Amino acid sequence: MLAFTLRRAIQAIAVMIAVGIIAFAMFRFAGDPVNQMVSIDTSAAQRAAIRESLGLNDPVLVQFVRYFVNALQFKFGISYQFRLPVADLLKERMPATLELATCATILAMGFGILLGVYSALRRDSLLAKAFQAISLIGISLPTFLIGILLIYLFSVTLGWLPSFGRGEVVKIGWWSTGLLTLSGLKALIMPSITLGLFQMTLIMRLVRAEMLEVLRTDYIRFARARGLTTRAIHFGHALKNTLVPVITVTGLQFGSVIAFAIITETVFQWPGMGLLFVQAVQNVDIPIMAAYLLMVSLIFVTINLVVDILYTIVDPRLRATISRPA
Amino acid sequence: MSVRQNLLAAACASMVAFAVSPASSQVLRYANQGELKSLDPYTLKETTTIAHHAHVYEGLIGRDKDLKIVPALAESWETLDPLHWRFHLRKGVKFHNGDPFTADDVLFSADRVRANGSNFLSNVPADAKFVKVDDYTVDVMLSSPNPILISQWDGWYIMDKKWSEEHDSVAPTPASATTPSYAALHENGTGPFTIESHQPGVKTVFKAFPGWWRKPEHNLKEIDFTPIASDATRVAALLSGEVDVVEPVPIQDIQRVNSSGLATVQNGPELRTIFLGMDQSRDELLYSNVKGKNPFKDVRVREAFYKAIDVDLIKSRVMRGLSTPSALMIAPQLFALSKDFTRPKVDIDGAKKLLAAAGYPDGFEVTLDCPNDRYVNDAAICQAVVGMLARIGVKVDLLAQPKAQFFAKVLKPGGYKTSFFLLGWTPATMDSHNVLHDILGCRDDPKDATRGEANLGGYCNKDLDALTDKLLVETDTAKRDQMIKQAYEISIKDWAYIPLHQQALSWGVSKKVKLTQRADNQVLLYWATKQEE
Repeated sequence: MLAFTLRRAIQAIAVMIAVGIIAFAMFRFAGDPVNQMVSIDTSAAQRAAIRESLGLNDPVLVQFVRYFVNALQFKFGISYQFRLPVADLLKERMPATLELATCATILAMGFGILLGVYSALRRDSLLAKAFQAISLIGISLPTFLIGILLIYLFSVTLGWLPSFGRGEVVKIGWWSTGLLTLSGLKALIMPSITLGLFQMTLIMRLVRAEMLEVLRTDYIRFARARGLTTRAIHFGHALKNTLVPVITVTGLQFGSVIAFAIITETVFQWPGMGLLFVQAVQNVDIPIMAAYLLMVSLIFVTINLVVDILYTIVDPRLRATISRPA
Repeated sequence: MSVRQNLLAAACASMVAFAVSPASSQVLRYANQGELKSLDPYTLKETTTIAHHAHVYEGLIGRDKDLKIVPALAESWETLDPLHWRFHLRKGVKFHNGDPFTADDVLFSADRVRANGSNFLSNVPADAKFVKVDDYTVDVMLSSPNPILISQWDGWYIMDKKWSEEHDSVAPTPASATTPSYAALHENGTGPFTIESHQPGVKTVFKAFPGWWRKPEHNLKEIDFTPIASDATRVAALLSGEVDVVEPVPIQDIQRVNSSGLATVQNGPELRTIFLGMDQSRDELLYSNVKGKNPFKDVRVREAFYKAIDVDLIKSRVMRGLSTPSALMIAPQLFALSKDFTRPKVDIDGAKKLLAAAGYPDGFEVTLDCPNDRYVNDAAICQAVVGMLARIGVKVDLLAQPKAQFFAKVLKPGGYKTSFFLLGWTPATMDSHNVLHDILGCRDDPKDATRGEANLGGYCNKDLDALTDKLLVETDTAKRDQMIKQAYEISIKDWAYIPLHQQALSWGVSKKVKLTQRADNQVLLYWATKQEE
C-alpha cells in the first residue's frame, strides 16, 4: 500500500515538472507582454527598458531556471498588469471558484443521482424518457450558450436573479463566502446550474446504466427471493454498489469542473481564478498564467491520487491486487 | 382608546416615519469592458484608465465637454516669452487626506511623471525645467518654443508629494518591483471623488468628496464600477437594470438597447481614425508573391489600393452606419482646416488601369495584418477590404489575430514585420503634430530617434518632416494651421496611407441617467446626473 502511494506520488511530481516545462515553452509564443502594459505611442526605447527590467532579455535557460526555482518556493512574482503579487491575487480569487465548483458538483450529484435512479427504476415511464431527451441538451449545448440563455430568461426578462457578479460577500479570515447573504445565494444559482449541467447529465446516465446492470446481478435476485423489501434492495444494496464508480468519476471530473469554470466565470463575470486566467492570457500576463497552470495541474494530480487511494480503500477486492507485487 | 385605534395610530405614525425620505443616496452603477488595474495615475496610458483616474485626480489644466483646454489646478497661465511659461496655481485646494495643494506638489509630480516606470513620459517634455517661484506660482523653462506644451497636461495628474513620500511611492511602480506599490491600491488626489474600496479587476467604489474646490455638476453620492468583459452579459446587465451606464455596447446590440425602453445608446464620432498602411520601405515585401521588387514603392499601386476601397460601403454594411468616413489621418474636430479636404472617390476601373500601368495587370498577392479585438469591428473591416481588393485583382491573405500577438508583430520591437496592415490612432495631444511626427514621419532620423516610430509602413518624405519641425515651434496659430495643411497635402499626393473612417462611440445609458459624451471616449461621470430613486 505504501509502495503504491509512493509510486503514484513520484509520478505526480513528474507530471508537474512536465507541465512546468510545457507551460514555459508556450509563453514564448504568447505575445509581447510589454505591449499590453504601455500605450501605443510609447517609444521603443522605453519598451526595451521595460523588457530589460522584466528579465525578458535573459537567455532562455536562465529564465527557465529562475521560474522553476521561484515556483518551488511558491514565489510566483508580480503580475504585469496589476503590479500586485500573483499569490495574493490567486488567494483572493480562489474562494469564488471553489465555492462555485463545489456548488455545481453538489447540484450535479444530487440531481444526477436522483434522476438516474428514477430513470433506472421506472425505465419505461414517460418522465424517464423525457429526462433522457433533456440530458442530451445538457451534453450538447455549450456552457456559454446555457449561461447566456439563463441570463436572458432570469435576469433580463423576469428580473429574478442577478446577471453578473457574486453579490454581497462575507469575509471569514481570508475566505470570502457568498453563502451567508441573500444576494450571494441568488448570484450563485445560475452559474452553478450552468457549470453543473454537463456533470449532471453525465452522472445521471452513469447512475442509470450502473443501476440497471446491478439490478440484473445474482445477489439482487437472491435478496428479492429472500423477501427483502424493494426499498431495502434498491437503496440499501443496489445504490451503494452503483455509487462507487460514480464517486470516482465525479472526483476526477472535479478538476475539469474547475477548468470549465473559466467559461462560466467569463459569462457571469464571476470574480474567480478562471476569469483571472482568461484575462491574463489576453494581456500576456505571464506570471499569472504560469501560476494558474501549475496550480491547476497540482489540483488534478492530487485529486487523481486521492481518488485512486480512496478507491482501493472502498473496494477491498482491489487492495489485494495492489498489495501483491506485480 | 381601543386596541384597534391604537394600532391604527401606530400604523399612521410609522408610515409618516418612513415617508420622511433619507438624504438622496444617488448611486450610479457603471460597467466597462476593461478593468481598472492600478490606481497609480502614471502607470498605464490607456483611455479607460485615464478616465477612471480623472474622477479622483486632476491636472493643471482640464478639457471641457468639447475638448477645449480649461483651467483646473492652474487658475491661469501666460507665456512671458516663448521659452518661459508661468502658471498661477489655484489656492485653497486640498487633497483628499487634507494636505494642501501647493507648488511643491507640482514640482514633485513633474519629476515623478518623467521618472523610470512612468508611462506618461511624453506628456511633459524632457527638457522642461519646473521652477518654484512661490507657493502658488510655478515657472516652466523650455529649450525651444512649444506652443502645444500643455496639450497633454489634462492626463498628467498632480500627486501629493507628502503622501507619496510617506508611503514610499516616490517612484512610479516599475514592473520588476518585488513589493506591491502603495499607490497602485490607494489614491490621494484633489478630484471630485475618493475611492472607498478597490479590488483590482473586481469592483471599485467611488464616493463623492465633499471638500472639492469646484461646485459639482453631478448629483451622485457613489459610483460603483464593475468590469464586465463579456459583451452579452454587459448588455444584459444594462437591460435588466443592474447597471446604469455601460461602455461599449457592441454594434449588433444597439438596436435592442434602443428599443428596450429602459436605456438608450449614445453614439457620436470618436477621435480615433482607422486606416490602412503599406510597407514602403523594404525592397521586397515580406509577405507577398512579388519577388525582387516592392509594389508599394510605386505610387500608382498605392493610389490604386486607395481608390479600390469603398468606405461608404464599409460604413453601411460593416459598421451599420456608425462610422464617419475620413479624408485625413486625423479627426476633423482636431484640425481647423479639415473642411478643405475631401476624400477622393472610389474608382474601380481607374484602380485597375493604375495597377496595369504599374506592371501588375493581373494584380498580385499580399498578406493583410489585422487585430481582431482592438477596434470596433476591426476583423470585419479587414474582411471587407479583402473583398474590395479582389475586385481589382489583388488577392489578399487576411491574418487577423488578438492584439497581444498583432502588436508584437507589427510594432518596432517586433521589427515592423508587416506588408499591409490596419491600425487606429488618436493623437494624444489632440493636435496634428503628433500625427505628422509619429505616423507620417520618416523612421531612422539620426537627429530624432522617436520620429516615425508608429510609422509601420516606413513612408518617408523629407519635405513633410521639414514642415513638421517648423510647425512645432510656430506660435502663430493661422500660420501653423497652413503648414499643417501643406503637410497633409504632401502625404495625400504621395498616397501615403489609406484613411478609412472615424469609428463611433457607443455608450449604453439608462433612461434614468443624463450623461455628456466626449469624443475621446472618456466616460466622465462627474458630468452625470441620475434621477432621484
